[in-house]
Amino acid sequence: MTGADKRLRVLALHGGLVLVLFALQFLLPDYDHTNFTSIMVLATYAMGYNILVGYTGLLSLGHAMFFAAGLYGAGMGVYYFALHPVLAFVIGSSAGLILAALIGLIALRTTGVAFMIVTMMFAQAAFLVTLYFNDVTHGDEGLTLTQAARGFDLLGWHVDLTNPALRYNLALSLFTGALVLCLALVRSPIGRVLIAIRENEERTRMLGYDARHYKLLALSLSGLLSGAAGAAYVLFFGYVGSSFAAIQYSIYPLLWVLLGGVGTVVGPIIGTLLMFYLIEISRDHMSSYMIVVGIMLVLLVLWFPKGIAGTIRARWWGWIP
Amino acid sequence: MLKVDRINCFYGHVQVLRDFSLDLAPGEVLCLLGRNGAGKTTALKAIMGLIGVRQGSIKFDNVELTSLPPHEVAKQGIGYTPQGRRLFSDLTVDENLKIGLMTRNRGAATRARVLDLFPILAKRLQQRAGTLSGGEQQMLATALALCVEPRIMLLDEPTEGLMPLMINKILEIVGKLKEAGVATILVEQRVESALHVADRIAFIENGRSAEIVSPEQIHADPSLLHQYVGVGVGVRKAAR
Repeated sequence: MTGADKRLRVLALHGGLVLVLFALQFLLPDYDHTNFTSIMVLATYAMGYNILVGYTGLLSLGHAMFFAAGLYGAGMGVYYFALHPVLAFVIGSSAGLILAALIGLIALRTTGVAFMIVTMMFAQAAFLVTLYFNDVTHGDEGLTLTQAARGFDLLGWHVDLTNPALRYNLALSLFTGALVLCLALVRSPIGRVLIAIRENEERTRMLGYDARHYKLLALSLSGLLSGAAGAAYVLFFGYVGSSFAAIQYSIYPLLWVLLGGVGTVVGPIIGTLLMFYLIEISRDHMSSYMIVVGIMLVLLVLWFPKGIAGTIRARWWGWIP
Repeated sequence: MLKVDRINCFYGHVQVLRDFSLDLAPGEVLCLLGRNGAGKTTALKAIMGLIGVRQGSIKFDNVELTSLPPHEVAKQGIGYTPQGRRLFSDLTVDENLKIGLMTRNRGAATRARVLDLFPILAKRLQQRAGTLSGGEQQMLATALALCVEPRIMLLDEPTEGLMPLMINKILEIVGKLKEAGVATILVEQRVESALHVADRIAFIENGRSAEIVSPEQIHADPSLLHQYVGVGVGVRKAAR
């Protein structure tokens, strides 16, 4: 297969995915319409996570803090300071980026299991902070943004983020932006170095690359996407609470990425979609629905380590990025 | 060009190199020989910045290397092919080379030179590195190090586990690098092969630099090999 063929296939796959998601808004019932909005935002979070775990080989168990940084950064800005939602989105995304860079300066001194534990500890501390400063964050009860606070005027047009159709398309835009960013990243020289680090960090250093610098960049980008997803989530759905900072929200992106395909650009949306509905369905039938998540994780690790897109790539479509 | 001066290195509390010294001239091939555990690989790692040097100095064109991290050492123009090849196994040959070439913004000319040295790799560009034969993997590992256009190559047992044809090919490459003015420190198990390509032989014993001799001196006095390596000339594969 020539390079042009490969590029065309990559474009067709990812462009087709965006078109399908666009078309689905006209077909889905109201309930699923809202679910898909949520899934696209969460898939953006998963794509951010995938930059770190899938392309750089760093397994974090603390990504909820970056997602929550976006949620609280944007949510508190709107709630307490009546910030313009666009500005709140920028602040939330930046909060994810800055927090990831700061945590990275410390956590990236470790590797492997130690990195996993350090990120988890930082995330637990962040979770406890959201509970400790209950007066400001309202803890588990959380902050609810009013409909008025989530609307603004743009070029004479009133943008209402509670409008389901607008919300869906904004979520699709965010998802598409993240998809393009990830595609560009994995095909760029920086992406190649990240993959080299994942494959063999010491060898990468011997070739003259400052692995720590690249890992910090990957973690920061990952934090940016996670923060952007968090900020979008609070602006679209109007609620932020401590539960978003809990370890559950660090485990979820791991599961979504594992199920969809670690180190693939389309994997996160596939995994998020399937896991979202698996949890929704099992929640309808049992209170201890998280057991389904646990079983899924065990099955994945044992028999399906590459995930769906990863398996397709390994067996049939080796060109999937 | 490269001067290693009385360095001391430790793994935890265990001292591996003791006042170890050597020097290397441009285009020279220096073969480092010694028994198992003598500190040969550690010496290469110390030069590359992969393990800390507690005392002593390593200077490359008057630049002190002991305080530099490995990626900065590589940028000075030192290429390292570690024992066991260490490739990006899941990536194709082409992707491996691209990663090597990007380090110092090397372009098509360097790539062409590298592939000219290893024509078999040009036929395997789209093959995953992990699926290459042992000899091809060794060639790719050496090619990767050459992508940064080093002035010094550190080769750690490049012929390990290879069939004779491939061994000759690798040693031929060492000769070509010498012609191109690239100095090489070669850690090699096969004493005969080492004697064939080396300008000088440096013996290392219990982490200390022992004698430095010419191949002719060894041919004249094979007892040196018995003393420092435990074998004589004619033995194909000596103890490390």
